[in-house]
Amino acid sequence: MSTARERFQTRVKTLPDGLIIFGVMLGLYSIFTVLTVSLGFGVSGIVDTLRTVTYFTAVYALLVLALNLHWGYTGLFNIGVAGFMAVGVYTMAIVTGPTSPGAGTVPGLGLPLWVGIVAGTAAAALVGVVAALPALRLEADYLAIVTLALSEIIRLTYNSTVFQEFSLFGTPVGTGGASGINIPTNPQTPINAFFEGQMGRAALDAAAAVGVTRPIVVRNVAYTLILVVVVAACYVFVQRIGKSPFGRVLKAIREDELVADSLGKNTRRFKIKVFAVGCGMMGLGGILWFGSDGYASPLSFRPIVTFYIFIALIIGGSGSNTGSVVGGAIFAGLLYYLPQFFEQNSAAALDRIQAIIGGSTATPNTFVAAVDALGQLDVTAFLSYCFANIGSLRFIAVGVLLVYLMQHRPDGLFGHRIETASSVPLSKPAGGEDDE
Amino acid sequence: MLGFGRQRPWLTLVVAFCVLLVVDLVLKLLGTELFVFGTKALGGSLAPAALTAFVLDGVIVGMAVGLAAVGLSMTYSILNFANFAHGDYITGGAFVGWTAAYLVVSGGADLTTRFLLSSNLGLTVLGTPIATVVGLIAAAAGTIVLTLVLDRLVYRPMRDADGISLLIASIGVALVLRYLIAFVWQTGKHGVTAGPTKITALGIITRTSHEWTLLVVGGVLMVGVHVLLQFTKLGTAMRAMADNKDLARVSGIPVERVTRMTWIVGGGLTGVAGYLLVLEGGTIVFNFGWTLLLLIFSAVILGGIGSIYGAMAGGLCIGIVDKLALIWLPSDLTRAAVFAVLIVVLLVRPEGLFGGVKTA
Repeated sequence: MSTARERFQTRVKTLPDGLIIFGVMLGLYSIFTVLTVSLGFGVSGIVDTLRTVTYFTAVYALLVLALNLHWGYTGLFNIGVAGFMAVGVYTMAIVTGPTSPGAGTVPGLGLPLWVGIVAGTAAAALVGVVAALPALRLEADYLAIVTLALSEIIRLTYNSTVFQEFSLFGTPVGTGGASGINIPTNPQTPINAFFEGQMGRAALDAAAAVGVTRPIVVRNVAYTLILVVVVAACYVFVQRIGKSPFGRVLKAIREDELVADSLGKNTRRFKIKVFAVGCGMMGLGGILWFGSDGYASPLSFRPIVTFYIFIALIIGGSGSNTGSVVGGAIFAGLLYYLPQFFEQNSAAALDRIQAIIGGSTATPNTFVAAVDALGQLDVTAFLSYCFANIGSLRFIAVGVLLVYLMQHRPDGLFGHRIETASSVPLSKPAGGEDDE
Repeated sequence: MLGFGRQRPWLTLVVAFCVLLVVDLVLKLLGTELFVFGTKALGGSLAPAALTAFVLDGVIVGMAVGLAAVGLSMTYSILNFANFAHGDYITGGAFVGWTAAYLVVSGGADLTTRFLLSSNLGLTVLGTPIATVVGLIAAAAGTIVLTLVLDRLVYRPMRDADGISLLIASIGVALVLRYLIAFVWQTGKHGVTAGPTKITALGIITRTSHEWTLLVVGGVLMVGVHVLLQFTKLGTAMRAMADNKDLARVSGIPVERVTRMTWIVGGGLTGVAGYLLVLEGGTIVFNFGWTLLLLIFSAVILGGIGSIYGAMAGGLCIGIVDKLALIWLPSDLTRAAVFAVLIVVLLVRPEGLFGGVKTA
C-alpha cells in the first residue's frame, strides 16, 4: 500500500513543473466554482471569485519565491518579510503620491508610476543590504529574531506620528502615521486608461456579451493577468538563479557554509547579494499586493503576514520554486481566501446549511451561547458563531497545519525534488527493478 | 585604543552613542542646553523626580518581563530552541488565572459573565484578596498544565529536530493558542480590576498596591529560582543540561524528567508573570503576551541565553530602557528603541551582558 503511495508521489514529483501548477490551479478553480454556483452567484460573481483566487495566488507566489531565495536556497531564516514589503509599498506610495493632496492625506513627490515601482523595489533591496551587512554574521535563530525585530522597527516607524509628515530635501512628504497612506496613482491607472480606449471598450463589450457585466471585474481581471505575467517572470528569474553557478554557491552555503567558505567562496558577499535580491522581490510583491488596494497602513504589515508567507513556503517545500508557487496557491486559495469567502457570504452559506439541516441562523453573541446551541443540537447556530469568528479559526487551522507539517512533512510537498547537477540524464532505464 | 576600535568598530560606535546619551541626560537634569553652530544639540530640562518615576515604571515592567524571561531562557538553553509560543503562554496563564479569580469572587454576575470576563468586576489586591490569590495560583497551575500538554503533543515527538524546526512548530503553537483564546473570549479588551489604592513605602516611593504586588511577588520568585538552581539537585541537573546535554545524559541525569521540570518551573513563572501584568495594567486582551514576546526575547538575549540571572537583569534593563526612552523619543517609538537595543546587543555582544555565567 505504501509502495503505491510512494510510486504516486514519485510520479507527481517527476511531472513537468507547469503541469503541476496548472493542475493545482484547476483544482482550486473547481472548488470555488462549485461553491459559487451552489451559493447562486451570477457569471460576474463567479469570474470575480476565480479572479480573486488567482490574484492572491499570484501575490503569495511572488513573495514565497522571494523567501525561497533566502530560506530555501541559502538557508537564511528571514522572518522580517512584512518589513521589507512595507518599505517597498511606502516608498512607492511616497514617490508617486500627489504633491498637493486633498484634505486628510499626506503629500508625496508626484513622480510617475514606474519610477515609484522601481524606487520601491530598490529601497526594499537597499534596506535588505543594510540589514544584511551586520545581521548575516548571526546564527539561524538569532537572525530570525533580528529580522523580526527589524520588521517591527520598520512598522513602528511608519506608524509613528514623527514621520506622519516630514520634509525630504525641502519637499513635504509623509507616511500618514497610524491612519495609513493612500496609493493614489495605483498600478491600475494604466489599465483604466486602456479600458477607456477603443480596444478596451471592445473588450468590455465582449465581456458583457458572455455575462460579465461589471466593468470593474474586467479591469481587475486585466490587472491580475499582468500580475501573473510578473510572477511568471520572477519564477523564471529565480529558477535561473538556482541553476546558475551563483545559485549553486547559495545551496552550498545552505548545506554547509564552512565548506563553501573553505572552497574559496566569499560566502558573506553571496549572502548579502541574495538578501538584497530577495528583499527587492519582497518589496515588489508588497507593491503589487497593496498597490491594487489603493491603500496601506502599518496594520497591513504585522508579523503575521510574514508567517503566512512562511507557511505557504513550508506547505510547498522550501528549496523548490514549483513548490513555492504551489504552496502559495494552496495557502492563498484554501487558507487565506476561502475563510474570507465564507465570511463575506456567511448569510447565503448559512441559509443553505439551514435548508439542509435546519436550526437557526441567528448568530450567538458569545462562545458560551454558541456552545449552548451546540448542546441543544443546533449545529447551524454554532456554525454561525464560527463564521462570525472565522478569522480566529483560520489562524487555528494554520497553526495546527504548521505543527503537523513540521512533525510529519518538514520538507513540504516538493521539498526534496531531485536536483540534478549533471548535464546528462542520470535516470535508470525504464523497466528496471526497484532497489528497495 | 585605535587597534581596539579597528577590531570592533560597532562596539566603539555603540559606546560613543551611550556616552552621548549620558552626557545629554546629565545636561537635561542640570537644566542646561548645549548649542553647536547655533542649533540646540544637547540638553534641555528634565526634573529629577520625572527621572526616578521613569526608572520606577521601568523596574515594574521589567520585573514582569524578567519573570517571563526566566521561563523563556530556561527552555531556550535546555531544549535548545527559541520558543515563539512563549508570549502566548503568558496570555494563556493570565486568562486561566483571571477566569479563576472571577469564578471565585463574590458579586452579582452570572456564570457566563464570570467565565467570559465580560463585565469588569473590579478586583483589587486589598479589596478581594482571596480571589486574587486563587487567580495567581490558578495562573501558575494552568500554565504548567498548558506547557506540559503542549510539550507532550508538539515538542516531545520532535525532541531530536533542529532548533529551526522547533521554532517553526512553536510559531504554529503560538497561533493556535492565541486564536483559541480569541475564539472563546473574543478579540476585545476586558477590564478586570478596579483602581487600586496607593501605598507609600520607605516614606518616599508611592505606588499602587498592584504595582507593589508585582514587585514583591516578582522579587520573591526570583530569589526562589536562585535557591532552586543553586541548592537543589534538580537545579544542578538543569545547569548541567544547559551546559551539555549529551554529557548530562551519560552522567545519568534523567534528561526527559529534567526537561519536564524545566517546563514546570518555566511555565509556572510565565503564568504568574502574565497574571501580574494584567493585575498591574488592569486590562486583558487575547494578544498581549504576543506583543510582549520581542521584549522578552530582548531581555533573554541581553542577559545571555541560558543565564537565569541574566534573564532577570535583562528584563529589568529592558523595562528601564522602554521607559527611559521616553526622555528622547515620542511614546510611539519607545518599543522600536527597545528592539534596536536588542539588535545592537546581538551584533556587539551576542553572548549577552552576562554571557560569561552560564545558567546562574
